[in-house]
Amino acid sequence: MLEGGLMLTLDRVTKTFRAGAFGGGSTTAVDRVSFSAAPGELVSLIGESGSGKSTIGRMVLGLTQVSSGSLTLDGEQVRPGKDFYRRVQGVFQDPFSCYNPVFKADRVFALVRRAYHPDVSDREWADRVEKAVRDVRLDPGQVLGRYPHQLSGGQLQRLLIARALLLDLRFLVADEITSMLDASTRIDVLNLLAGLKERGLGVLYITHDLSLGTYLAEKTVVLRSGRVVERGDTQKVFGNPLHPYTRTLLAAVPRLNQPWTTAEPVAACAYHEGGARDGDLYETEPDHFVACAGLPDCGRTPA
Amino acid sequence: MTLTVKDLRVHYRTLRGEVRALDGVGFDLADGEILGLAGESGCGKTTLGKALIRLDGRMRHVGGSVTLDGDELPLSDDRAMNAYRFHKISLVPQYSMSALNPTRRIGRMIRELLASRGVTVDTGELHRRLALVGLEPDVLDRYPIELSGGMKQRAVMVISTLLDPSVLVADEVTSALDVSNQQAVVGALTGLRDKGLVTSMIFVTHDLGLTSHIADSIMVMYAGKLAEKAPTKVLTTEPRHPYTKMLIGSLPQVGARFVDKPLSGIEGSPPSLLNPPAGCRFRARCPLADSGCAEEPPVVEVAPRHTVACWKAA
Repeated sequence: MLEGGLMLTLDRVTKTFRAGAFGGGSTTAVDRVSFSAAPGELVSLIGESGSGKSTIGRMVLGLTQVSSGSLTLDGEQVRPGKDFYRRVQGVFQDPFSCYNPVFKADRVFALVRRAYHPDVSDREWADRVEKAVRDVRLDPGQVLGRYPHQLSGGQLQRLLIARALLLDLRFLVADEITSMLDASTRIDVLNLLAGLKERGLGVLYITHDLSLGTYLAEKTVVLRSGRVVERGDTQKVFGNPLHPYTRTLLAAVPRLNQPWTTAEPVAACAYHEGGARDGDLYETEPDHFVACAGLPDCGRTPA
Repeated sequence: MTLTVKDLRVHYRTLRGEVRALDGVGFDLADGEILGLAGESGCGKTTLGKALIRLDGRMRHVGGSVTLDGDELPLSDDRAMNAYRFHKISLVPQYSMSALNPTRRIGRMIRELLASRGVTVDTGELHRRLALVGLEPDVLDRYPIELSGGMKQRAVMVISTLLDPSVLVADEVTSALDVSNQQAVVGALTGLRDKGLVTSMIFVTHDLGLTSHIADSIMVMYAGKLAEKAPTKVLTTEPRHPYTKMLIGSLPQVGARFVDKPLSGIEGSPPSLLNPPAGCRFRARCPLADSGCAEEPPVVEVAPRHTVACWKAA
């Protein structure tokens, strides 16, 4: 089912929104962001509110248009439509608002059938639903035929992933999917994502929680005000953070039984160290890119 | 002793019967203590916080007592509680965004609020308190929409504590915030306590990691009952109740990786509180449960200030 995942590539993607009265001004929500996610790879997009992480997710899903730059899945531009959504799906933060409270929760499956698989027999469809529900580690007898209010947030969230699995899913955008869940159910959803990833699905995991990002991701992209601050291999980015902003974020994570530490200031701008650079990011070691730290003497260091 | 809660029971009325959201919880809160209240959704932690402030139309005080500074609180008498609200016991709600009146500037809202309690505004003192939580005095001239989520949350904290309450209930105040804002809000709450503007505090959250930074002791609840209560250090390093152990085990730490060591969640979900099962309520999900757990476990003090309700904890 998950063979042939899609390669997501963003190249200097920019999104500008018109803002202000009568659309006179403009706000750049995403500014020249480049990264890629290979099949079977989970990339976490980490940033605070307003960093543009959800806007990127919406652009990948074709819900928002790209202003400039290129965003491709296996070399093809995002072209929203039935064929596109068969392969690319999103799961969002609030599972409760994704369901119509007056219908049973498994109606989301019936809607998929009507739109995408109208010629499948009842019998076969029931088998497929059961398989998808088991794939997300739920007991079909416990969740099918229930109303949304009878299910927990974690169950609803996993049903939405099961719904995506009924399609020909190749790429999943997971936007803050665990932030409304309890600690005990959160891990189940994360482990499920890890399992799907191992079967070849590409996942863009959007979160503000660093510990969840590092738990799953091979690659991490740290965003601030729409720009990439640091990105690359998760171990390298968080094992050896070079940008002061990444350090601040790491220091602010509450850890059990460890007092908050203050972020260690960077000695020198990793981007400008060793001379002037072209481009927004500099590769300090293989698969570890960092932006200019914005220190007072940045750019003036003699080459 | 600031606050003493004894065997408190609060039920919700529903069409299908009474939901026993809070079913016999007792604890003490000392002067200057910050108590962290943790547990899954539906364990009764918010109900406990709300019961101390105001029972809404569906809630019914079934039994137990709450004593604050020697006075027993008239929980079920909405009008009599008015004398305590805001003066003695105050609340910082979860969604500060919707707690502020969108059509009033913050300063005017504070003036009107204090006037309704017969108190006049001391501008100098107000500015000092805003500075304590890291806000500039000019927020008073702004509308709520002009503040960020973290600033609104801190503004509500100042408003809630204007009358120096004995107990402040902070209900999930950080769950909608980013890590750096969480740190600022938690710092501000501790500051209010250290400056004596609030005597004691109940910090309700589902985030055990964050609770361990602010709380002096932590109480873990499960399905309307107390599971374990202990000083923070003891609860996080030597938990006795299997539920506490599993809750701590499911916390991802920075640096933990799925490929190295997958964490495990807790199988199953809490029982319905409409007709809760007899005996230990965690036993359906508990790896240690046996036939003895069909009997209700008593709350036992296993060490000084460390109480557990579990047959297997001894």
